Amino acid sequence: MSKLTVNDLSCQRGYNLLFENLSFNLKPGEILRISGSNGSGKTSLIKIIAGLSSAESGSIDYGSYKVNTEKYQLETLYLGHYAALSPELSCIENLKYLTNLSTKIVAPNFINALEKVGLRNYENELAGKLSAGQKRRVALSLLFISQCKVWLLDEPFTSLDSDGVKIIENQIEKHCLKGGLCILTTHQDCNITNLREISL
Amino acid sequence: MAFRNPSSFLNPLMFFVISISLFPIAISPDTETLMYIAPGIIWVITMLSVLLSLNSLFHYDFDNGVLEQIVISHHSLSLVLLAKTAAHWILSGLPIILISPLLGTALFLDSKSIYILILTLCLATPCLSLIGTIGASLVVSIKNSGMLLSLLILPLYIPILIFATSAVSQSQFNLPINGQLYFLGSILIFSLISAPFISAVALRISME
Repeated sequence: MSKLTVNDLSCQRGYNLLFENLSFNLKPGEILRISGSNGSGKTSLIKIIAGLSSAESGSIDYGSYKVNTEKYQLETLYLGHYAALSPELSCIENLKYLTNLSTKIVAPNFINALEKVGLRNYENELAGKLSAGQKRRVALSLLFISQCKVWLLDEPFTSLDSDGVKIIENQIEKHCLKGGLCILTTHQDCNITNLREISL
Repeated sequence: MAFRNPSSFLNPLMFFVISISLFPIAISPDTETLMYIAPGIIWVITMLSVLLSLNSLFHYDFDNGVLEQIVISHHSLSLVLLAKTAAHWILSGLPIILISPLLGTALFLDSKSIYILILTLCLATPCLSLIGTIGASLVVSIKNSGMLLSLLILPLYIPILIFATSAVSQSQFNLPINGQLYFLGSILIFSLISAPFISAVALRISME
């Protein structure tokens, strides 16, 4: 089991230095919550770890894999601010597309995943017709499909109701019991046991 | 996907058909005049309508976050972009190629010139999509970037315009056009090889 190492990371956006010399280790089974006020660099940090943006300095490794390599990207699942759904595609088509992009699983059970997030019978509904909370649920149903070890969730609970939040919290805990690791940002209280926290 | 939102590919096509059919009304219905200006008209409007459709190439994916997932996917970004470019060509270039014989006839081009017109369109519309993808990926994070995109891309389209129109108009006078076709072919091969890589780099930069 590999661990995620963030070493001496600094990030600057425009003239603002968001954080400097940030280092931490995340062992399998650990959940890290990044907290901080608006604009403190939570999203920037998650994006850097996901390989979407580059840091001013520092390095990120998962085991022996460097960030932005194919193997690293196969191990990480990033869910950003937006639900990443195309409005013209149905829920199941969106999920197929997203799993194809992020993992190499053959024949995943999409209907089962949608059922888990409470969207039974919505498989053929166009994503554009769903409410914000439902869209978020479709995106989060990836958590029931993905076999990635590292989950990077940026504000996963926005626009979810309390039931939805519970489902996702349970799934994150299950994932970590199986040896996965998870980094999330949220402003809401979350009821996840053994949560580590760093603040920016 | 496009069929569920038909305006995405019908708008540029309608623009193409309508603006070309306005020329005989505005300039002159005279056969000689129209035949003389037809290659230029068809090619300029082709370029503009491809440019029109380029705006939406990445914008929706950027707005709803799909583009982020594409960039961090384990697949090669240039291959994904090549696929996206191919889809763009099928929806913008191919309909124009299919409808161009009709519009060529409406502008009194003879059958040989129409054949050459289709040949140049087949060779050059993929280039328009490929080069356009570079521009679209550079400006994807900028709101209302239509003007900037045109400024970036149109100068790169000029060589294609020159060779393509001169091929069609020279063929009207039975002059040899091998040179122009070879040039268009080489631009196609060059852009096919390099454009996906350049767009991938540009997209990574603009996603930062």
